[in-house]
Order: sequence, then structure tokens, then C-alpha cells
Amino acid sequence: MSEPVRLVVDVAVLSVFLLGIWWFRSSASARFGNRAVATALIVGVCLALIPAPWEGVVGHVVVILFALAIGSTAGAITAARVDMTRIPAMVALQNGAGGLAAALVSLVELARSSDDASMGDFARLAAMLGLTIGAATFAGSLIATGRLANWLRSSSTVLPGHNVLAAGLLGILIVSVCLGLILNDRSPIPLVIGLGTLAVVFGIVMAIRVGGADMPVLISFLNALSGLAAAFCGVAIGSRLLTACGATVSASGLILTHAMCLAMNRSWRSILWAGASVAAAPAPAAQASGQRDDSEVSPEDQAVQALRKAEKIMIVPGYGLALANAQAPAVRLAEKLAQMGKETKFAIHPIAGRMPGHMHVLLAEADVDPDLLFDLADINSEFSQTDLALIVGACDVVNPAAIEVEGTPISGMPVLLAHQAKQVLVCNLDAKPGYSGVDNPLYQDAKSILLWGDARENLNRLIERLADPSFHAENQA
Amino acid sequence: MGDLLLLLVVFLATFLVGGLLILRIPPRLHTPLMSMTNAVSGITVLGAMLLFTKAIPGWWLSVAALAIVAGAFNLVGGFTVTDRMLGFFQKRGTHDE
Repeated sequence: MSEPVRLVVDVAVLSVFLLGIWWFRSSASARFGNRAVATALIVGVCLALIPAPWEGVVGHVVVILFALAIGSTAGAITAARVDMTRIPAMVALQNGAGGLAAALVSLVELARSSDDASMGDFARLAAMLGLTIGAATFAGSLIATGRLANWLRSSSTVLPGHNVLAAGLLGILIVSVCLGLILNDRSPIPLVIGLGTLAVVFGIVMAIRVGGADMPVLISFLNALSGLAAAFCGVAIGSRLLTACGATVSASGLILTHAMCLAMNRSWRSILWAGASVAAAPAPAAQASGQRDDSEVSPEDQAVQALRKAEKIMIVPGYGLALANAQAPAVRLAEKLAQMGKETKFAIHPIAGRMPGHMHVLLAEADVDPDLLFDLADINSEFSQTDLALIVGACDVVNPAAIEVEGTPISGMPVLLAHQAKQVLVCNLDAKPGYSGVDNPLYQDAKSILLWGDARENLNRLIERLADPSFHAENQA
Repeated sequence: MGDLLLLLVVFLATFLVGGLLILRIPPRLHTPLMSMTNAVSGITVLGAMLLFTKAIPGWWLSVAALAIVAGAFNLVGGFTVTDRMLGFFQKRGTHDE
């Protein structure tokens, strides 16, 4: 294939990729967009393979096909089986696989060039960066996968002298890359392998300090890094297609990281570097928990009454809803309320799930009517006309302290204004503050009904009680 | 060197264009978007396959084979899981329209 033809192919594949992103503007066209990008990419890869010099290496083709079959089958099976609550772990795992692939390709390219001096300085630099970033992405992504799949403790881990350690490792990495450039007659294999190993350690050190509610930021950032690794890997092996696709992935990841940081009112640096500024304050728990039923009506009865009475209800799902696996009951409750003639909407904070947009996927899987889902910016003005805000597994994202109190870790963070509703029903696990450690004044508010415990069970009971006509009759009698 | 400069330009241009597009995607589709772009980074599998056409000493080829496995997992798994997710988004949409 001649160079102009190759250029046309590369540009065409890249255009479909960019167009595919454009199709993601609406959920109606996004699926088509995804399929178009997949097709374009596979066609692009095949076309790029055809003109390569395969003479004399035909024997390797079996190995290639075998490796392709293993990777693809594993990918397809995992993708078909994974539970939607585990999507963030799945994305993190794929990210790790992408990082690993980029690191290994760069590594082999460097090892190869130690035997023939055909590799230019720039390509060598790119290969070393691809190796370093890819290996760090791989290690960081595995930590993130473990956390998101609940195999590892989800809270942030800070080692003694964490910043010094991270900075030291980063320094050594930079020095090693420079060394690899200076010793350029051949890139010494021990140096290259040392570089990869150090990068793995750095990836772990970087990832373990990010935990809990900061995970959406970490996963977006790792997404950006895997793109960057692929792009450098592309420069190293001289593949335009790889470079361009990697750069676009990286841009997407960086923008999502930025969006997440804005949604949490935190800076990149405070999460990835200074991190964990908010050592979980001792929870002033239990002082309110469940003890408000000195009014002889139980919180559950109050909740049912409030739901019956309200005309306009706003459901605020949070991270806890995903933890309790309560998305299906939440959607059924919304349907039930709509049947009863009430206006019901979902108000969704950008960090409501475990990765950007995760809550929408969870609710979509539970077959929610997408017209009922609203983002923070579109819905916040409606809380003041809402009769009942139903909070399910959310704390920080509805904490009025973010607006009213200065100097807390969440001050200034955009929150859903649930406290403006006439009444608030809280279906959280317990009275502990959210990840930020800031107490939520809503829990003390006289207009709040506090229904502690497993959200899934509680919502299911509420649905049963609402469907039960005897309760209604007895209530009116 | 000319090639490398071209690659740098490609990198910067796609970075900018991609960035501008992504700013327009509604937050509700951020997870599928991330999953799709993630799958695209599995295109490294191309690089891994091309390694086999070069003169590479023996066991480094098994490292390249491992890269193919990882890249294919990323590519196929990523697009498949994104398709599944978007299926949930479409289910209702198609009924209603």
C-alpha cells in the first residue's frame, strides 16, 4: 500500500473515531457511534497489517492469531458477564490491559533497538515514555480495579512520607529516561527493565492514596494516562494511527478528570498529590440514629405518609445506592409514585456513582425512563417547589454545609439543594457523615424523616406499603 | 525527523479536536464514553502485531504475544461492554419514540 493510501486510511479511521464521539451527544445515536468506531478501528488495523513485510515470518502468524483469540475471548466473556454495578472495575481493568500492552510494545521496541542502532533519539524517548506511563497505568489501574471491585479496602492509604516517596520515584524515573537517552548507542536492557519496574511501583504509590469518593477522578485520570501511553507507543513504532487515537483518548480522559474535579470542588493536586486532606473525622454517629421515633409514629410510617401526601417528589440517588444495590427498587418506587399521579424525578449529582456517569448506567439498567433523569445544573432550581426529597445513599452531595459553612472540605462544592424541599426523607445506611467527614445538618432538621438501614430493603418495604390498600384505609379512618 | 514532527502535529491536533468534542457530551453518557475511548486505546494491539514483522530476538516475541492478548482484551472487551451499556440506554428510548 502506498503512502498516500495509508494516509487516507489513517485519516478515515480517525474521522470515524471523532464522529463517533460526536454521536455520543445523545443516547439514541451513541450505540451506533460505538459500533461505527469499533468497525473503523478493526478495519484500520487490518489494512495497516496487510502491507507489513510478512515474508519469512509466516510461522508467527499462528502465534498472533492464538494470542488474539485468547485476548478477544477473555474480553468478550468478561464484558458479557460483568454486572453494571461493577462497570467501573471493568473499565479500570481494561485500562490496565491497555497500559500493559503499550508498556510491553515499547519494551520490545527498546529491546530490539539494543541490537540494531536503527532507532532515533526521539523514537527512543517516546518508547521510554510509553513504557513508563504504560507500566504506571497498568499498576495504578489494577489497584483501582481492586478497590472498585471491593477486593481491596476502598479508603485512601497514605504511607509515611508519601509525597517524598512519590516525588523521589518520579525523580528517579526522569533521571533513568535521560540516562537511557545519553547511553544511546544501545539502550541497555537492564536499565529498560529497571525503568518498567520502577514505573510499576510509582503507579501503585500514586493510586493507593486515592480512595472512596475520589475514585471517579482516579479512573478518569488513568484513562487519560492509558491514551498517552498508547500515543507515545505509536510515536515509538512510527504508527500515525496509534498516535492520533491515543492522543484523542488522552484528551478525553483529561477533560473528564477536570469535570470530576470541578464537580467535587477539588484540585487535581489535592487528590493525586497532597491527597486525603480529609482524614475521616471521627463520626459523631449514633447520636441521632433511629432515636427520633419518640414521636410514637415509626420513621417508616412517617415515610409512607409523606410519600402519599407529596405531589412532587425528587429522588436523589448517591454512591450508597450503588453499594446497597438499590437501583431496581428505586426505579420501581419512582414508577409506583408516578402511577399514584405524582410528579417524580431523579436528581443526579455528577459524582453520584463510582465513576463519571455511573449512576445513569445503573438506573438505565434498572429500566428507568430516561426522561426522568436530570443533572444537577438542570434540576437544582426545582427543589424549592418540591414536596419531598427522597435521598437514597447520598450524603455529601446533598449536604447544605457545602453552601452554608465556610472552611469544610466540601465548602464551595456544588450540591443538590435537597434541603430546600418541604420535607426530606433520608434512606441511608446510617447517620455517619459521607466521605468528606462533614456532618450533614439535614439529619438534625425537623423536616427530615430518617430511615436508616439497608436502602434496598427499606425501599422495597416502602413500595409494598404504598401498594397495600389496607394501610391507606386505616390511615383515612 | 520529518515523520516525527508530523506525529507530534497529529498528536496536538487530535488532542484539541477530541477535547472540543468531549466538552459537548452530556454527563449521563460519560461512563459509556469513557469505556468507548478506553477500548480505542486497545489499538496498541496493532503495534504489538507489527512487532512480529521485525527482527526480534527469541523470547521477546512472547512478550509481544502477551501485549497482543492485553490489547485484544482491551479492544474487544471495551467495545462489547460499551455496547451492552448503551443497549440499556436505548431500551426505553426506542419504546417511547
